[in-house]
Amino acid sequence: MSAPAANPLPLLERLPVALRDACTNWLPESWRWLANSLLSIVAVFVVFATLFALLTLAERKILGRVQNRPGPNRAPLPFLGLRTYGLAQPLADGIKMLTKEDIVPRGADRVLHFLAPVALLAFSIMTFAVIPYGRTLLPVELDAAVLYFFAAGAATELAIFMAGWASRNKYSLLAAMRALAQLISYELPLLLSVVAVVLEAGSLSTSVIVEKQGAWLFGILPQWHVFTPWGFAGFLIFFVAALAESNRSPFDLPEAESELIAGHLTEYSGFKYALFFMAEYFGMCALSGMGVTLFLGGWQAPFPALGFIPSYCWFAAKLLALLFVFMWIRATFPRLRIDQLTRLAWKFLVPLALVNLFTAAFWVLSAGWAGPLAFARWVVAGALVIGPFLALGRRLSAGLGPRSYRYA
Amino acid sequence: MLGSGLLQGLAVTAKNLAGSFHDPTRYVTTEYPEQRTKLPENYRNFPFLVHDDPADPAGTLRCVACQICEKECPPQCIYIVMERDEKGKALKRPKVFDIDVSVCMSCQICVEVCPFDAIKMDQEYEIATRDRFGGLLLHREDLSKSNEYYHQIHPTEAAGVDAALAEQKAKQAAAKAAKAAPAAPKPAAATRSTTAATPAPSPAAVTSPAPAATPPAAAPVPPANPPPTA
Repeated sequence: MSAPAANPLPLLERLPVALRDACTNWLPESWRWLANSLLSIVAVFVVFATLFALLTLAERKILGRVQNRPGPNRAPLPFLGLRTYGLAQPLADGIKMLTKEDIVPRGADRVLHFLAPVALLAFSIMTFAVIPYGRTLLPVELDAAVLYFFAAGAATELAIFMAGWASRNKYSLLAAMRALAQLISYELPLLLSVVAVVLEAGSLSTSVIVEKQGAWLFGILPQWHVFTPWGFAGFLIFFVAALAESNRSPFDLPEAESELIAGHLTEYSGFKYALFFMAEYFGMCALSGMGVTLFLGGWQAPFPALGFIPSYCWFAAKLLALLFVFMWIRATFPRLRIDQLTRLAWKFLVPLALVNLFTAAFWVLSAGWAGPLAFARWVVAGALVIGPFLALGRRLSAGLGPRSYRYA
Repeated sequence: MLGSGLLQGLAVTAKNLAGSFHDPTRYVTTEYPEQRTKLPENYRNFPFLVHDDPADPAGTLRCVACQICEKECPPQCIYIVMERDEKGKALKRPKVFDIDVSVCMSCQICVEVCPFDAIKMDQEYEIATRDRFGGLLLHREDLSKSNEYYHQIHPTEAAGVDAALAEQKAKQAAAKAAKAAPAAPKPAAATRSTTAATPAPSPAAVTSPAPAATPPAAAPVPPANPPPTA
């Protein structure tokens, strides 16, 4: 989080860091790094906790609108009685969750039962540390940031199994095992699609990956990874795997509220349940943020002329757009069965991600091709993406023609 | 191609999402306590009693406490006591008229059997109460509602009832005039015929009136009211 001294950045770009420095530069030099880190943590937590509150409302509003109804719009602001399109709904939900009874089963492991949501939330928040939110806004500059991100993300699986085990409920335990099966299955395509990016950027550092996407083709078209054949395929694989990793519909089998009791959350109530919910949204935000960083150019503006808008605004816009797609997908697709879910991961996404790795390798090797060869590079890479997709899709859906329904 | 169905599905939901903001045929929610839909005219739930003058609701009730509805009511939710003066003479109005709406099944039989168009079906649906015994037993004062209100909730039906009542009144007036002014051949039969003609008012507006309904009294009636329909 250090502003480069070479060309001074515009005021809005510098503002967050300048504010932080203004808050901490009265401290002695040796204490400043600690205060700066704490301020970063507080800022990240406050921003994403607010985003979580607004997302729960936005999700219900969007789902409502898709189903042609208004969504929550009644909760009035406290003491004012103003109904601001349901803006106070998250507040009401939070108070409801806080005042609910927190029940721990008699046979449960009380320590683990308490620790599971806390650990889940902690690991989810840890992933926020390495996402570059703006040109100067990276809480922790790590060389192995991508590795750290997915390590912390994978640790949430431990917390989910902890929740299932500590509940001492066979439904919870079975559901937790099933959730583990899903999460581990989808770790693989998630990581394989990310490896392609690392291969292209030549670095595990998120800030370097974003910087590398900052060039302009013909001085106008952005060079984000998603605008390359392998990047496009990689982004789709990443996105599908991210849907499954964050337990979002259509992969929300771990907590399938209409079919299972509540999966590993069966024995959770009150604010612990709210913590699980919060962790799910944090995971969704973190994976979306990582997707933006790796494939959608991070904080880069989409056109050179729009560079005057601060970089963190661009990051926020892309993040919100991606979160909207998460909700849009939830509003559209029905839930998969567990066998369909694992089959999609192992038979479709993993092979495609592996092929995509080769495509990315070809793309890196052919980086020097110019003139007509550059065109050939696009054709070959495009064929490497579309060919396996069509072939695999046809093979997997062979014999599964359109269903015909007979009504008695 | 694989995945094209997914894109079609996304297009459908996107259309609904956008359409709910500008297309009133998609966005059909009525925000209930503030907005209300207009109830269909034929909607009914529980009976009420019609009175003619809002200034004197108890005095102008059409109900004469004949207790036909009480006897016909299948779940027996109506309880009527006729008002009598100190000598015990019936005053032809109800002293007590109770309907237990927790028992009423909204069958409308009371309305159909009432010869005086005194009881009609209401459209009041916000009848929730905290007192399940007292609050659901409606008394004469709760049930009594004006003819104007009846016109508001069932305009067509009320207009028909008003026309039939007016015609019946004209008939009675004509019969009275016929009885008073010219030579009255059989005064007893004439009075009997008018009282007998009253119970069939509603289909009176149509072409074939009284004769079929009251065959025994029909013979002396024709001189009393020569033009059957207006």
